Amino acid sequence: MGSLKPVGPAAQDAGFLATKADALVNWGRKNSLWPMPLGLSCCGIELMAMIGPKFDISRFGAEAARFSPRQCDLLIVAGTLTWKMAQAARTIYDQMPDPKWVIAMGVCSSSGGMYDSYAVVQGIDMLMPVDVYVPGCPPRPDAVIDAILKLQKKIERESPIRDLTQGRNEGDESGTGVFDMPPNDAVATSRIGTFLDADSEELA
Amino acid sequence: MGVLERIAAVRGTEGYTAVDARDGTPCVRIEASALPAFALMLRDECGFETNTFVTAIDRTEKRPVFDICYQFLSLQHADRVRVLIEVDAADPRVPTIKDLWIGASYSERECFDMFGVAFEGHDPLERLLMPEGYEHHPLRKEFPHHGIEPDRLYREWERTRSAGGKA
Repeated sequence: MGSLKPVGPAAQDAGFLATKADALVNWGRKNSLWPMPLGLSCCGIELMAMIGPKFDISRFGAEAARFSPRQCDLLIVAGTLTWKMAQAARTIYDQMPDPKWVIAMGVCSSSGGMYDSYAVVQGIDMLMPVDVYVPGCPPRPDAVIDAILKLQKKIERESPIRDLTQGRNEGDESGTGVFDMPPNDAVATSRIGTFLDADSEELA
Repeated sequence: MGVLERIAAVRGTEGYTAVDARDGTPCVRIEASALPAFALMLRDECGFETNTFVTAIDRTEKRPVFDICYQFLSLQHADRVRVLIEVDAADPRVPTIKDLWIGASYSERECFDMFGVAFEGHDPLERLLMPEGYEHHPLRKEFPHHGIEPDRLYREWERTRSAGGKA
């Protein structure tokens, strides 16, 4: 039950439970996450395995994957996000009702991964706030389950009642917006230099 | 009978040059204006039912030209032929072959997207892989490894969205 504890033996006998509203709300939220699977590449396969019976995230109350963002509160970005797909991903995030959380599954969505290229978003945190990053290419389903457990601990620390009364939920919903790639001329020149055979007229 | 013998039997040896490809595939070089007739001949008289791909080779490190490269597969003869056309890198354009092989339509769109080759008669010629509105052609040698403002279209969309406009 985590932070939900009966206060003293007297309360237990009386059949009621005294707790903080925050703890009650957080307890409800963390144990019924509704994932929105955004499977973009091979990570999507591991995500399916995680939802399936062998790894079974229903043990942690997060098995009800819905394919409408309106019915979800946990966006799992699983795979390589290209700039062409970026608008769609951000739209999905915007369409999810509050409160919502984001897991960046795999190195591609965390940092661009091995796709150090013009076509790939170098980390989805440029577009949206991320709660948990999962390394791996792809990560094993256990690693993503661990991310969900970490996210549950994170949700436990939230203050939903204060957010509600003080309007704290309207925080910064944007990503870092930083697209700062290091100059990588070494890759551009040396690789082409070795691949191109200057003597061959017909590469084709 | 090999590919080049079949072509020679139909059309003689005029109007094209046989070149050696490194991988041994029979390879001919023709002029851009000769492509429609040559492609029709390959399909109807030499038995090349399938267009495998259309791509381009950026040779601007040596000379300001692109080679447009077509590969065709003949299932009945179980062999391949490759056709090369040299075009000016400043204004690469060749006639389309999508009316002969409908599958070449996607290949030509990809080639346009990646190299900026204009396929005359392919209308509308739209990008296939990069976002609509992107202005550059990534597989050209002049294109930097990390791209040119890869996030520009997204940022413009995001500005419209945050300004309350319809995204």
